[in-house]
Amino acid sequence: MLEKALKGSPKYYLWVGFLLLVIAGTSGAYVMQLMEGLTITGMSRDVSWGFYIAQFTYLVGLAASGVMIVLPYYFHNYKKFKDLVIFGEFMAIAAVVMCLGFIVVDIGQPQRMLNVVLFPTPNSILFWDMLVLNGYLMLNLLVGWTCLECDRQNLPHPKWSKILAYVSIIWAFSIHTVTAFLYQGLPGRHYWLTAILAARFLASAFCSGPAILLLVIMLTEKVTTFKAEAEGIATLAKIITYAMCINVFFFLLEVFTAFYSSIPGHTHSIVYLFAGYDGHSELVPFMWTAAAFAIISLALLIPPKLRNNVKLLPWSLAILVIATWIDKGLGLLIGGFNPTPFETIAPYWPTGKELLISLMIYGTGALVVTILFKIATEVKQETGASQKPAPVAE
Amino acid sequence: MNHTRRNFLKFMGVAAAGLCAASAGSALAVSGAGSSIKDSATAVNAKRWGMVIDTKKCGTKEAIDVLAKACHSVHNVPNIPGNQNVMWIWAAGYEQAFDQPNNYMDESVEKRQFALLCNHCTNAPCVRVCPTQATYKRPDGIVAMDYHRCIGCRYCMAGCPFGARSFNFMEPRKHLDLTTLNKEFPTRMRGVVEKCNFCVERLAYGKQPACAEASNGAVVFGDLTDANSEVRKLLREHYTIRRKPALGTEPGVYYII
Repeated sequence: MLEKALKGSPKYYLWVGFLLLVIAGTSGAYVMQLMEGLTITGMSRDVSWGFYIAQFTYLVGLAASGVMIVLPYYFHNYKKFKDLVIFGEFMAIAAVVMCLGFIVVDIGQPQRMLNVVLFPTPNSILFWDMLVLNGYLMLNLLVGWTCLECDRQNLPHPKWSKILAYVSIIWAFSIHTVTAFLYQGLPGRHYWLTAILAARFLASAFCSGPAILLLVIMLTEKVTTFKAEAEGIATLAKIITYAMCINVFFFLLEVFTAFYSSIPGHTHSIVYLFAGYDGHSELVPFMWTAAAFAIISLALLIPPKLRNNVKLLPWSLAILVIATWIDKGLGLLIGGFNPTPFETIAPYWPTGKELLISLMIYGTGALVVTILFKIATEVKQETGASQKPAPVAE
Repeated sequence: MNHTRRNFLKFMGVAAAGLCAASAGSALAVSGAGSSIKDSATAVNAKRWGMVIDTKKCGTKEAIDVLAKACHSVHNVPNIPGNQNVMWIWAAGYEQAFDQPNNYMDESVEKRQFALLCNHCTNAPCVRVCPTQATYKRPDGIVAMDYHRCIGCRYCMAGCPFGARSFNFMEPRKHLDLTTLNKEFPTRMRGVVEKCNFCVERLAYGKQPACAEASNGAVVFGDLTDANSEVRKLLREHYTIRRKPALGTEPGVYYII
């Protein structure tokens, strides 16, 4: 099926070429990082993880999100998701590829990376994260590819692929739980040391992930003959709304516990993020933007009339994505490291090179999505599944 | 045998797989052989090394800088300006060192500086989180590091509640005076984490840790399990505290206040 990615319209070539150019251009910054070390980033002795690990964490959520389509389809036999399942699986593949990329660019000695495999260490959560992420990648590749190939040949899906799909549903929960365990088991990092972190991660993943997926599917509809069933889209939007409500609720639980107990360790990080602490207020505007956007997105998603407005939905989703990204892609990491173990504030901001390297990985992810979605939509076109009523000739 | 391309490729494939297996096997054999390090005749040993710092005797920035200089020169710790610096032992105030704030503190304690270093915790979070066992616990209680195995993921830095670990963000050798290098101790490469090692390389030759040696008796090092050791004597005679005891890491460094 891979050959389908090689033939396309001039627009398709232009887009792929553009992505390749972005990847090639920004990889120069990575070469510089390889030669000079992580000193080119904004990280420091006190904030020893930064933008890379934050993006990794956010994208694990995107990877886990496909399950919000796969689960209703396989566990509840919800047929309206039938033609969306493959996009969920393929999005997960791209997300895991980006996750692994962000890990690789973050480590100081990437050529020693395989030490994690050569000296397996079960007491390290990073070891388990490596296992579950690679496992999830394999599961989605295997299930997604096999089912699509069967669809193309009008064959029923093999039984084993269904079993693996069930496994991948459970597995999706594991990848984000294990990623949360990376953080929440560390003594002395109060912002992370909370039992609800894994639940928060899952809630935020299950709203932000499907939101990104839905946005990309809408884009796909614009540029291909694919047309998702309206009812399927509406159901997914409803799932996103529920997950976002739970996500906001979980965050408020944190706020209550911290401020009603008034234990300094619990409050300091939240105070730093939302009000500034010790004369530092770098993240305050971002965090309040996130809070405002979270409320706006809920206001636009909870009323069925607004949620089912197809013109408005992409905007509501984009607002939701920005809110969750600031929360998890910025606040979580910087708030976790601040205050430092010395009760001081160590401001962190990514450098230009750090952002370029991140762009390299996002570009790679976009390329993987483009190629996989191209193949999927071509097969759908061939089999006439979920097509626009009057296909427009290109 | 037909000399077709297919067969040739098959043969090459098998040969390549064999080569990989052989080299992997020998690599495993080397790592699994178990290093038999010989103790020198003068080596000192303990069941649990620990340290007592008398902050009344060594409680100023200047006094602690003497310890830092001794330690950093003996371990080739680079002097890097800015916030990507490397420190094994350094000075900090009471509020930074201990999470027991006191609004109406004795002025002398309020102004005092405390020498901070790796606590060589009994339940060390850095050992727990390290994905490659590059940070490991020795039977004598020292938390040691293998700089050649460290992949630089910095999980240990997030795990350490004492901020005792430093990452080599840049080439450390550029920030070392190569003429005064201690050739007995390795320099590090960029991209690995490092920290105080309780002078394990000096104990192997019966020497005291560099900071203890430079402290005029303010820093005492010894076996915590030996009731007759000097550290235990100090712990008996003085009221001491440890950093963040509530976290349960069981630090091996005690402070006389």
